[in-house]
Amino acid sequence: MGLVTPDYGLLFWMVLSFGIVIFILAKFAWKPILKSLKDREMSIENALESAKRAKVEMEELQAGNEKIIIEAKIERDRLIKEAKEVKEVIIKEAKDDASVEANKIVLLARKEIESEKSLAVNEIKSQVTQLSIDIAEKILMKELENKDSQQQYIKKLLKEINPN
Amino acid sequence: MIRFSKTAFYTLLALVIMNLYVMQGSLLAQDEHATEVSHEEHNETNSKFDAGKFIFDHIGDSYEWHIVTIGHDHISIPLPVILISKEKGLDIFLSSKFHHGHESYKGFTLLTEGENRGKIIETLEDGSQVFPLDFSITKNVFALLFSLTLILWIFISIANSYKKREGKAPKGLQSLLEPLILFIRDDVAKASIGEDKYERYTPFLLSLFFFIFFNNLLGLIPIFPGGANITGNIAVTLVLALFTFVITSFSGNKMYWAHMVNPPVPFWLKLPIPLMPIVEIIGLFTKPFVLMVRLFANIAAGHIIALGFFSLIFIFGQMHIAAGYGISILSISFTVFMSFLEILVAFIQAYVFVLLSALYFGMAMEEHH
Repeated sequence: MGLVTPDYGLLFWMVLSFGIVIFILAKFAWKPILKSLKDREMSIENALESAKRAKVEMEELQAGNEKIIIEAKIERDRLIKEAKEVKEVIIKEAKDDASVEANKIVLLARKEIESEKSLAVNEIKSQVTQLSIDIAEKILMKELENKDSQQQYIKKLLKEINPN
Repeated sequence: MIRFSKTAFYTLLALVIMNLYVMQGSLLAQDEHATEVSHEEHNETNSKFDAGKFIFDHIGDSYEWHIVTIGHDHISIPLPVILISKEKGLDIFLSSKFHHGHESYKGFTLLTEGENRGKIIETLEDGSQVFPLDFSITKNVFALLFSLTLILWIFISIANSYKKREGKAPKGLQSLLEPLILFIRDDVAKASIGEDKYERYTPFLLSLFFFIFFNNLLGLIPIFPGGANITGNIAVTLVLALFTFVITSFSGNKMYWAHMVNPPVPFWLKLPIPLMPIVEIIGLFTKPFVLMVRLFANIAAGHIIALGFFSLIFIFGQMHIAAGYGISILSISFTVFMSFLEILVAFIQAYVFVLLSALYFGMAMEEHH
């Protein structure tokens, strides 16, 4: 049975050549091929990993940005609110001050008016007094020019008092 | 429906044209073979076609590589014959000295008949005949060396392109074979041997896989330099299985050998008759034996089937020429179908051999059950 009887010549050549080829392939073909395949896988893995990390960082950054924006908005609102409050306070204070001042001025003016008025009244009074004295003097002078009638008037007055 | 029938029509047409060509070739081949046979067997004048001989001549070994016969001229490549005889020592000469077995050279004769047909016998001075030690570069050895050179060239050039294109995407031959390399590494070596130890065995498994796969495919090519039946030769598969066996045995850890001698089975299977140890030790040898036989049988069977279909043409052709033509359509269709199947088998057998080898390595290094 030639088919199932291994031929020793072929066996010899097979062991020799296959052994040598396995050795050469392992050293000069598989070693560099497997090494570069592994390197490539590693580099791809690393690239994917770093891409993932970058994405996470990016998301973190974005989240940070949003946070900052929100904070800024809050800060802005707060500032505006504060400014409004300050404005109102200032306006109110100003109004208060103004009214107080106005009141003061009015009060002062009143006092002045009052004093002026009293002064004026006093002066008018003195003038009126002077005038009345003058008038009275003049009247008296005129009246006293006619002595007869004066005497008559006195007599009459005396008469009226005397009956008692 | 119309489209289908159109396709069917073209397929049929192609088949018929192909058949016409092949029939011409077959008839020529039949003639050639007839002449060859008549040359080889001088006393047999009628050229009766012997399918068995035809098939075994093709899948067997020979001292020359027959390419084609045109008329009466054989075109074949003579290969070196290397003989070590007890009397004359080393002898190296080309097989063309035998003139296809018609002549003897230096007392060496190529047997053309009998049980040792195709072997070289030495006639000693006293007239007795002995077989010299034969280390000839036969057709199979030549095809083996050719395929090994091809494999070396392919993979060293791929290795160079890996070095040149470091970190870049594969290109050309590199990208064609990379999926296979990765497949063997990841799905065979890593999966069967384990994450931490697979790296030591991957080079052997890759070499083994590509050797079997390439030779299976080369065997399917009918013309030179393909067509030799290397992976369908028992000596070759024996060596492949031997490598696996030796590596398995050297990788075996304490557990592996301990289980071999003292398997974890009920004591009455070990005492007084060591039944299980015997089974285990037989198993040690059946594993590589099965590897050897499976590959050999599958590939040899593939060749035999294809040749059997071709033989049918000649057998029917001898009955009547029209019968030969008629059967050729069937034969060619089946051979085409079988060839596609054989391409699949070429891959599957290479894969199975490597996968089982890897599993054996993994089993030899298993730490716990």
